[in-house]
Amino acid sequence: MDDTVKSLAGSASRRRFLAGVARAAGAAGAFGLVVGLFGRQAQSLPAVAIRPPGALSEKKFLSACVRCGLCVRDCPYPTLSLAGVGEDVPVGTPYFIARRYPCEMCDDVPCVKACPTGALDPELNTIDDARMGLAVLVDEETCLNFLGLRCDVCYRVCPVIDKAITLEMSHNTRTRKHAVFIPTVHSDSCTGCGKCERACVLDTAAIRVFPRHLAKGRIGEHYRLGWVEKEKHGGESLAPGMVDLPDRLPDELPDALKGWKP
Amino acid sequence: MSITRRDFIKTQAAMAAAVAAGTTLSGVKNADAAGEDDIRWDKGVCRFCGTGCGVLVGTKDGRVVATQGDPDAPVNKGLNCIKGYFLSKIMYGKDRLTKPLLRKRGGVFDKEGQFEEVSWDEAFDVMAEKWKAALKAKGPTSVGMFGSGQWTIWEGYAASKFIKAGLRSNNLDPNARHCMASAVVAFMRHFGIDEPMGCYDDLEHADAFVLWGANMAEMHPILWSRMTDTRLTKPGCEVHVLSTYEHRCFELSDNSMVFTPQTDLAILNYIANYIIQNDAYNKDFVEKHVTFNKAATDIGYGLRPDHPLQKAAANPDVGKFDPISFEEYAQLVSEYTLEKAAQMSGVPADKLERLAKVYADPNKKVASYWTMGFNQHTRGVWVNGLLYNVHLLMGKISEPGNSPFSLTGQPSACGTAREVGTFAHRLPADLVVMNEKHRAFAEKVWNLPEGTIAEKPGFHAVLQHRMLKDGKLNAYWVQCTNNMQAAPNMNEEGYPGYRNPDNFITVSDPYPTVTALAADLILPTAMWMEKEGAYGNAERRTQFWRQQVDAPGEAKSDIWQVVEFSKRFKVEEVWPEELLAKKPEHRGKTLYDVLYRNGQVDKFPAEDVTDNVGNVYNNSESKDFGFYLQKGLFEEYRLFNSAAGIPKKGHEMASFETYHNARGLRWPVIDNKETLWRFREGYDPHVEAGSGVQFYGKPDKRAAIIFAPFEPAAESPDAEYDLWLCTGRVLEHWHSGSMTRRVPELYRAYPDAQVFMHPEDAKQRGLKRGQVVKVQTRRGEVETRVETRGRNKPPQGLVFMPWFDAGQLVNKLTLDATDPLSKETDFKKCACRVLKG
Amino acid sequence: MSGAVKCVGDEAVKAKGWLGAHKYLILRRISQFGIWGLFLLGPLAGTWIVKGNLTSSLTLDVLPLSDPFVVLQALLAGHVAAGSALLGAAIVLGFYIVVGGRVYCSFVCPINVVTDAARWLSERMNLPKGWQPARETRLWALVAVMGAALATGVMAYEMLNPVTIVHRAMVYGLGYAWTVLLAIFVLDLVVSRRGWCGHLCPMGAFYGLLGRGSLLRISAVNRANCDDCMDCFAVCPEPHVITPALRGAGTETGPAILSGDCTNCGRCIDVCAKDVFVFTARFNNAIPERGDTVMERKDRDAA
Repeated sequence: MDDTVKSLAGSASRRRFLAGVARAAGAAGAFGLVVGLFGRQAQSLPAVAIRPPGALSEKKFLSACVRCGLCVRDCPYPTLSLAGVGEDVPVGTPYFIARRYPCEMCDDVPCVKACPTGALDPELNTIDDARMGLAVLVDEETCLNFLGLRCDVCYRVCPVIDKAITLEMSHNTRTRKHAVFIPTVHSDSCTGCGKCERACVLDTAAIRVFPRHLAKGRIGEHYRLGWVEKEKHGGESLAPGMVDLPDRLPDELPDALKGWKP
Repeated sequence: MSITRRDFIKTQAAMAAAVAAGTTLSGVKNADAAGEDDIRWDKGVCRFCGTGCGVLVGTKDGRVVATQGDPDAPVNKGLNCIKGYFLSKIMYGKDRLTKPLLRKRGGVFDKEGQFEEVSWDEAFDVMAEKWKAALKAKGPTSVGMFGSGQWTIWEGYAASKFIKAGLRSNNLDPNARHCMASAVVAFMRHFGIDEPMGCYDDLEHADAFVLWGANMAEMHPILWSRMTDTRLTKPGCEVHVLSTYEHRCFELSDNSMVFTPQTDLAILNYIANYIIQNDAYNKDFVEKHVTFNKAATDIGYGLRPDHPLQKAAANPDVGKFDPISFEEYAQLVSEYTLEKAAQMSGVPADKLERLAKVYADPNKKVASYWTMGFNQHTRGVWVNGLLYNVHLLMGKISEPGNSPFSLTGQPSACGTAREVGTFAHRLPADLVVMNEKHRAFAEKVWNLPEGTIAEKPGFHAVLQHRMLKDGKLNAYWVQCTNNMQAAPNMNEEGYPGYRNPDNFITVSDPYPTVTALAADLILPTAMWMEKEGAYGNAERRTQFWRQQVDAPGEAKSDIWQVVEFSKRFKVEEVWPEELLAKKPEHRGKTLYDVLYRNGQVDKFPAEDVTDNVGNVYNNSESKDFGFYLQKGLFEEYRLFNSAAGIPKKGHEMASFETYHNARGLRWPVIDNKETLWRFREGYDPHVEAGSGVQFYGKPDKRAAIIFAPFEPAAESPDAEYDLWLCTGRVLEHWHSGSMTRRVPELYRAYPDAQVFMHPEDAKQRGLKRGQVVKVQTRRGEVETRVETRGRNKPPQGLVFMPWFDAGQLVNKLTLDATDPLSKETDFKKCACRVLKG
Repeated sequence: MSGAVKCVGDEAVKAKGWLGAHKYLILRRISQFGIWGLFLLGPLAGTWIVKGNLTSSLTLDVLPLSDPFVVLQALLAGHVAAGSALLGAAIVLGFYIVVGGRVYCSFVCPINVVTDAARWLSERMNLPKGWQPARETRLWALVAVMGAALATGVMAYEMLNPVTIVHRAMVYGLGYAWTVLLAIFVLDLVVSRRGWCGHLCPMGAFYGLLGRGSLLRISAVNRANCDDCMDCFAVCPEPHVITPALRGAGTETGPAILSGDCTNCGRCIDVCAKDVFVFTARFNNAIPERGDTVMERKDRDAA
């Protein structure tokens, strides 16, 4: 009797225990799901938030950054900050908004040196190799240079001037005696520091820095640029040994054709 | 965060849609003209550089609310640079001065007191007392004024008349002294008449452009745009750029040359030598239109007389040149071989030769441009002249595309500083005080007793600061310029001069500039569109504008201040009895009566100023004085340049009304026609038929080729101070930044000055980019940050620092060595060192 | 502690004076605020002793310290720390293994101040204890946190973790982090007394696991003196840890409190007028520990 009671009590308590475990495990699972989903959602980065130099790709970054803020502390400018609660940036992670304060591209990259986890890639020794984002001239209709004015502030503030941004010059067909200087960003040199966006004098910047995956297109692998391939091939045709027969032309070209090349 | 994720997604979607539709993304279209109808538009001219871009100014409710580039203005065709884009904001800085401020303690003026608001009456009372005391104690040379190439034409004219005629002091000089005085002296020496023979149309006509110490890409952005277009669209067009450091012009350059400072003298002589050696010179032109001369050498550095360099000079300040033969000239330049020029300048020989060939090619039209690289040079007059030598040898001058062209930095360096005679030695329309006939003519036009105008030139800009420091110039008035920040050697000359207890300094400015804050009395000034004005740009184009808005508070225009102040002086107080005896009718009058109520200046009654569509504009000065002051001054000034019997022809101008109805006219304006190329028959009515070319500024109608050798800079790097220091401007800021740094967007675009340095130089000194450093010279120290990247790329051994930043006064560092002839400071060369901050 | 109502620790105050009866509380507050102060010294005074925050810091430019809880999440999320974080985590790990994992909760964690306050207020206002989930819940939460990191490949919990969010905000500027603090305060005050630290916080669970074998322990060495005033139970944030040690004489359990849940906060020492408890090493435990599960203990107590 006593034993039965005991065993009954035991089995009851075991059942209760198991039920408790199951409940807790279920709750934990649900909690985990919520955490996971929230985490997934909260990791989407707004396009204006730029990661510090050397930041791993966003997903890897969020697995690596412990949000300690050491990069913020070692940034000698007011550039970097940690995302607070209620911002669109994953909470606690470092970022900057170019329009507010861009990266000044320190030679010794102190933010990367400060990172304890490698979320900012310790292999990044030269700031020119940083690819924080990519500047994009988003609005040709309001960019003063497209309109023919001589602003080109974005170009002149660029720390990688003449490589990351060049001014592509063309004839101004409206005034017919001025040139137009088109600021042109080159993704192979642009570090995404954001100085251009910061400096843009418009009320709303016409040039902006976006995370690279938003800013960059990709050409299909099924097509190659002939002239590029030829240059890669040392200027030799990829289909060598072709003959070109001469054209039959009069001995003396008419004036209209002088200087003409077939 | 300004853009939420949702917004961004929307933007992305819009982008996708736009791309799909095959269009580029458009921002929000400007709201349609609704509500814009009540903006009144009128023509004006840009407030900034010497380019002289035409603008339209939009006002509403007594405020300039917008501007636009005038699409019909020939210079800029509706375009502007980034400073011009912000014109409408320059007048509305938060710290505009609206009341006179006087240093006071215990209710009275005290040199060591704090600024307190005072009435105009009190301000002028104190000021007049100080000026009269100085005049009484030490005579006219103890009073003086410093003006501006940003003054309107009549402001310069009125000031010139007040100081030179009224107070009989020649101590009037403009900030243009720092800017293009060397160009002026060279024009006078070589052609006998000031200002360029060509015009901006050369930018379309030339086959090759050579920039000598001009960073046009930043300093004359719209002209650079025109030059670029020609380079792009004209087959075979070349651009050659010479500078002591790499700047933005190098981007377009076909032949880039970074030369050791000062060796431009050697390069130019080499080119002349090349032309002669290759027998390429234009024999017919040289025969008919040129004389050969040789300048006096070893002329010192415009320093104080007790300076060792000055004592060591054989011919300090001697500007004499003597005629020589062509053969002698050829002999003199023959020393400057290609090898020697290349070795001295550090420019590879092939580049120099390529440059020489462009000049020597008779079939290539060459336009040469220069600004401060040439002018701010201890041999600035020489180096200007050596370039004329090259153009004259080839006859490449005074015709479309062949043009040695001195670009000016300021909107009215030509129109005001030069043409109305605000220099210490000049009178209106190229007349000079040293010439008795010129003085007599001016006295006649102004109805003054003979002998009113002093014969001796007054103190030039740099000398004014020295004289202030030495206590010889005691009452001093600065208008429309920020000379404490702009003038050289502030630590040793400018600041001690202003703060010398013997002196009373008045500064008129719209904003509390460095200069204003160093003064004893600050007068609040109307600026730009708050007054009726006129500027003359670098291509001799005179442009007028009407007063668009009223000045804030009690601010008054410079011209009002000068004319009103003149009421405080009785002729008896400032003129000796023997002068009065010659014109007894002036007895008992004030200078205001004698100078401005003289029957000429007050000839035109106050009238409603209207435009062609009937808008009526205010004219504050007409209201205050009861006559059309601007018109009266301009028409009186025309008696110097356009009336019959004037001593120097060639500066003819159209009537006041004509300018208000035109977008700007290039003088000489004769028979209602502009002049594009001077000295050339067909283009210039002063050239006699059949002569082809006449340099009529000279009595023999021949331009002078003047040989001058290489001479070293005043101060070069040595073991102690091991770097060249070069100062200059940036596109975003105008001069000392007093206007542009108050435009938030421009401030953001270029907030603080930096020292540009070669990366290797920085490395050798253990300096990292962005690090705070001290730049030191023998005269002072400035803290700044190192920039090893960016727009300016100095060679090793040279650093560049802009001077716009009131927080980093680079002129604490510069040396007040000047060209001994033009008295223009060499802001481009002194020795400095850079240390960790 | 005046008035008619008997308050926890009144007797201790009488016996040892107010200071003596609050020694560890004061020490803890000094520690908690001192650590905060060290982090703020740099940004506020320009004296950089400690940089970073509790998740990872650098002291005097040489000593790296990292939170093993966060670094473990990173590892599970697939990132092997490339910098000093692993070393820093190892140092911290070693430290807490020695002094007791939940020393973090009582001497370091900034949330503790808030939950203590909530508890104090809740008791003063005689609010019901409310929902009291099982102690194990936080262990499951810990499993969930680490599982989420593993599954999502990001440190998902760090988007929510009130401890790191609040501390970060305290060092780098508050932002909206006060809302997190408020939420925890409200939770502990009206929903579940001691709910966060005592039942839910996975970080506490993690440090509790760390502290299972820690050297530094509180021991009821003088349990014979116990007069059953119950003040220690009343003050203890994890009262279940006291029973075996204090009441263990009958079951031949040693006097040392060996549960990893104990936060070594020392409040039992403070409030005991009889000086039953002292800090000691775990080995000073005269009677060897006997297996004793919570359930069994409950059954026994019920019996």
